[in-house]
Amino acid sequence: MKPFGYLRAGTVREAAEALAEHPGARCLGGGTNLVDLMKLGVERPGLLVDVSRLPLDTVEELPDGSVRVGATVRNSDLAAHPLVRDRYPVLSQALLAGASGQLRNAATTGGNLLQRTRCPHFQDLSKPCNKRTPGTGCAAREGTHRDHAVLGHSEQCVATHPSDMAVALAALDARVELDDGRTTRDLPADRFHRLPGDHPERDTEIRPGELVTGVVLPAATASLPSAYRKARDRASYAFALASVAAVLRTSEDGTVVHVGLAFGALAHKPWRAERAEAALRGGPATEDAFARAVERELEAARPLRDNGYKVPLARNLAVDVLTRLATARNRTGTTEEDS
Amino acid sequence: MGAAHDDGTRATGHHSEVTLTVNGTPHTLHLDHRRVLLDVLREDLGLTGSKKGCDHGQCGACTALVDGRRVNSCLLLAVTLDGCEVITVEGLTDGAGEPHPLQRAFLDRDAFQCGYCTPGQICSAVGVLAEAEAGHPSHVTDPATAPGRPVALDAAEIRERLSGNLCRCGAYPRIVEAVEDVI
Ligand SMILES: Cc1cc2nc3c(=O)[nH]c(=O)nc-3n(C[C@H](O)[C@H](O)[C@H](O)COP(=O)(O)OP(=O)(O)OC[C@H]3O[C@@H](n4cnc5c(N)ncnc54)[C@H](O)[C@@H]3O)c2cc1C
Ligand code: SF4
Ligand code: FES
Ligand code: FES
Repeated sequence: MKPFGYLRAGTVREAAEALAEHPGARCLGGGTNLVDLMKLGVERPGLLVDVSRLPLDTVEELPDGSVRVGATVRNSDLAAHPLVRDRYPVLSQALLAGASGQLRNAATTGGNLLQRTRCPHFQDLSKPCNKRTPGTGCAAREGTHRDHAVLGHSEQCVATHPSDMAVALAALDARVELDDGRTTRDLPADRFHRLPGDHPERDTEIRPGELVTGVVLPAATASLPSAYRKARDRASYAFALASVAAVLRTSEDGTVVHVGLAFGALAHKPWRAERAEAALRGGPATEDAFARAVERELEAARPLRDNGYKVPLARNLAVDVLTRLATARNRTGTTEEDS
Repeated sequence: MGAAHDDGTRATGHHSEVTLTVNGTPHTLHLDHRRVLLDVLREDLGLTGSKKGCDHGQCGACTALVDGRRVNSCLLLAVTLDGCEVITVEGLTDGAGEPHPLQRAFLDRDAFQCGYCTPGQICSAVGVLAEAEAGHPSHVTDPATAPGRPVALDAAEIRERLSGNLCRCGAYPRIVEAVEDVI
């Protein structure tokens, strides 16, 4: 590992200034991804700006009924928070489906959003990788890519984004707050992560010198029936092969009033199923309708040689979760998880 | 060698002074920023109970408690822990040297073969008991359970909550029994 300087930031401004002054600097949250990548030589920061003790560690209700989650709230605390469990069960479930108890105790909201892909070639300095070193090629496209993207990939990169949490945020219409020490802005969670296109080295829309300061969960999706379901190679402590986050509100007569549907592990970003949502809105909340809408969404899939299994897997997960939400009796609309 | 770093100043050096309280004893160490907690425990403090299995957060053998929470010590840079309280498997015994009830249960149940994963399993289980008591749900907790109340730990809960601790010897059934003995 390359030697590096260390700064424990006391304020967002101090952190942003340090990032701006040192192009080789990186924010440090819980370190569960960054330290791993530094050990592998993938990340070689000259300065670590420790943001983990910034006063951004609370979950609070705002006057308009939305809920603001600070960037340094740990994944385990967020998953356990009563406001999240009561109003946004899909978020709690997604967090709990990720990593391990130890990792969730360290991982932060900001770091989870900004975690890098688990593409094994990205982590292996001996392989070409356009995301790690632009212009070198992509070892996955014709190589090992069973876990890779089926939607929205490019000639340059076929990696997926590994976060479970981000999939729930996309389905909930959450917003990501950014701060560069002078100005703040926010983006829909769904548009925070990018498709790879010609610039796979850029995972997100964050600008150099900007920090994630928090995430806002909107009042509009609070307390709607919602659930997360994840398929993986083992029952726990494994990344998703495919996952789905769904938020569904139906009227008394069984018409879809609101639907938010996002897939994980299918693309370079949480894949918001906008076509399926449009097809469902105002129509019947039946298994048939869910299946038709989800299949329509997945028509855009372009599987690689060895990951075609993801398309039916994602279809079945989504139809199952939506059907369960439509038939759930209780207000929070939780589904039973089988693992 | 770089200058020691003070909070709030530009840190250009590569070393810092760090104070850690480990198993009740404070230590002030001059550390290269690259050092992770696991290596400091094992190499500087001679506490070799915490094990290095993978060094990448994938096995749990290095699990220790920092400010009462279980974490992977192989991924925690020691410089970030200034002022923290660390407990390792060596620090779980009570003042009189009696083993922690979980340590006793692992012995009684013969919950290991080679023993390499055991310190991590035990520290992790200590964390699990505290998390369940504090009402933290897991992936297998019924989402309809009311928040804020302790979660009852059955075998499925124990398995899920300890999934971050791998055991290459496959002692899992007895590990679950040992944890069940103390709840
Ligand atoms: C074995 C293993 C299994 C895992 N399994 C899963 C899984 O199943 N599902 C899942 O979703 N995740 C999984 N993870 C990943 C884990 O969720 C992430 O490592 C974690 O969320 C990252 O958070 P952190 O705070 O530790 O980030 P760090 O490692 O500190 O940082 C990650 C990135 O975010 C940047 N960053 C951190 N905070 C900010 C901020 N406030 N503003 C701007 N940039 C910031 C850093 O510069 C860095 O680039 C797993 C990890 C491991 C090691
Ligand atoms: S898929 Fe993306 S991350 Fe993986 S090798 Fe190709 S360019 Fe790199
Ligand atoms: S050594 Fe830390 S998780 Fe394996
Ligand atoms: S007892 Fe050998 S690895 Fe668990």
